[in-house]
Amino acid sequence: MALLEIDGVSRRFGDFTAVDNVSLAIEAGEFFTLLGPSGCGKTTLLRMIAGFDAPDGGRIRLDGLDLVDKPPETRPVRTVFQSYALFPHMTVEGNIAFPLKMTKTPARDIAPKVAAALEDVRLQGFGARYPQELSGGQKQRVAIARALVTHPTVLLLDEPLAALDAKLREEMQLELINLQKEVGITFVYVTHDQTEALALSHRIAVMNKGRVEQVDEPSKIYGFPTTRFVADFIGHCNLLSGPVRDSGNGIVTVDVAGLGPVRVAASSSVATGRPGTVALRPEKIRIAREAPAEASANGCAGTVSDLLYMGDVTMYKVDTPGGQKVEALLANSASGRTKFFEVGDAVEMSWPVAAGHFIAE
Amino acid sequence: MKRAPERLGKWLVSGPPLAYLVVFFALPTLIMVLASFRTPGDFGGLAPLVGEDGGLDLNLDSYARFFTDSIYAEIFLKSFWYALLTTLLCLTLAYPLALLIARSGKQYRDLLLLLVILPFWSNFLIRVYAWMIILGPQAALARGVNGVLAAFGHEPVPLLFSSFAVLVCLVYVHLPFMVLPLYANLEKHDQALLDAAQDLGANAWQRFWRITFPLSLPGVYAGAALVFIPALGIFAIPDILGGPDDSLIGNVIKQQFLETRDWPFGSVLSIVLTVAAVSLAALAAWVGRRSGGRAFGA
Repeated sequence: MALLEIDGVSRRFGDFTAVDNVSLAIEAGEFFTLLGPSGCGKTTLLRMIAGFDAPDGGRIRLDGLDLVDKPPETRPVRTVFQSYALFPHMTVEGNIAFPLKMTKTPARDIAPKVAAALEDVRLQGFGARYPQELSGGQKQRVAIARALVTHPTVLLLDEPLAALDAKLREEMQLELINLQKEVGITFVYVTHDQTEALALSHRIAVMNKGRVEQVDEPSKIYGFPTTRFVADFIGHCNLLSGPVRDSGNGIVTVDVAGLGPVRVAASSSVATGRPGTVALRPEKIRIAREAPAEASANGCAGTVSDLLYMGDVTMYKVDTPGGQKVEALLANSASGRTKFFEVGDAVEMSWPVAAGHFIAE
Repeated sequence: MKRAPERLGKWLVSGPPLAYLVVFFALPTLIMVLASFRTPGDFGGLAPLVGEDGGLDLNLDSYARFFTDSIYAEIFLKSFWYALLTTLLCLTLAYPLALLIARSGKQYRDLLLLLVILPFWSNFLIRVYAWMIILGPQAALARGVNGVLAAFGHEPVPLLFSSFAVLVCLVYVHLPFMVLPLYANLEKHDQALLDAAQDLGANAWQRFWRITFPLSLPGVYAGAALVFIPALGIFAIPDILGGPDDSLIGNVIKQQFLETRDWPFGSVLSIVLTVAAVSLAALAAWVGRRSGGRAFGA
């Protein structure tokens, strides 16, 4: 039995359905992420787990016990808020000791527990400071220490790194992974940042319009998206759609307007004529001045219409003669030159059948 | 070096209020300080500054009178006690009200605030006189109270012309001055802090005492100062609603100037009151900075 079971949970605000019949099973010790664009219902779902909002339908069970009628202060669940929500009139120690005092911890046990929590988040020596005297990253750590000090069964994190700059965010991501491993507490993490979700999570639930689109490990979510939305939302992806021309021997051929037939590996066969989509990651496309010597399964010529130089890589936007737009990513490391192609260059793209992923519609 | 137009602009903005304060506050205060050292005139007011012997007629007689006759210290203490009681009662009544307004829907807040300041639209004295009617012996309140007392075999008590009437009216008049700063503070509180406290295991009572109340202390101090200081010097309310024993320091000062016409002694009492009020305000500010300054400043 899963530790946290979300069973057919819905939440409506007037005509708007924020969470639509969501069911998830989150295992003990898991780093589980709810990922989706703003307004997809991920924060509403988190607030229902914490108890700040009540579902209109469905059950939330923790360790087999129904949570729905328990007020937030009685749930063995703690939240790290996006705004940190540190108490400004208490020191760092006062903040971390707060949940211990609320749970009637004997006074002599409080100081060692606070010290241990400060050590967990590497903030020894900061106990006497006030929140206003801390940097964003330090505040974040205090919020985490405060939520972890009572050893909750589940820790809920609501976009905890959103307010930090990119460099610090990356640092905190590594720390979160290590911290979660160390304390072994189940983390339920909400974010709209797909790189963050991929980097941190054991499993990700991708949400869209109140529904769960796909639940899987990061590599599966990235490599084998089951819906167009997931393919498009996670990273960059060319979505090449058209009717299925034929299917067999583990290969599906899709007629893509402006590109021609595209062959792609597929685990099951698909009826001819059905609409389908080939999800093709830009980095899986070989882009060169000439077509490869050995003919590839898929290939087409095109003209670079735009490029985004990003330092380590360059994203080329290529227009095919038929009018299809394809994005191809190329690492800049291969030569001393900063860019391989310029806007207006004629290029040849090619990719094997295994590069793409077939999504039936 | 700042540019000339910028400096000129600053003077244009701050000049008029500065001049006003110098003419109508600083100078009168100096005149009062000077008057406290002079001799009262034979028919009231002040005796000539230059005496018949040609010397300056300045002395400490009025101060000596204040410090030798304990009746004035007693009236001061009583005034402090009334002002303190008024402040505490205002705080007790205003806090729930301010919290209610701050937590009600945005569309109702302005209306509720308007109701709080509505009494200011009528004259202060009229509002005080209104209490004479409310507390008068023929009014329902007095009849009801005395009816209950009679049922228990007690003698009837007058509500009007008593310390009770003075205190009720002091609280009534000053209540908005406590509600407004409290509301201004409470309205800014971050709901996320209360959510966090609840998430960390605090029940409603603990959330109030450990989060809302400590964070509202700047509003409490501001409201307390706005109530305590005017309540300390007030004379109209004891004059109209109080009994013979309810004279406060404001009444004594008024008496010295208008009835006894002993201006030097009236000045001494005024100076003592001003010094006491300013010292208390400074003390409150110091305590406020020590207990909450770090947490709320920054």
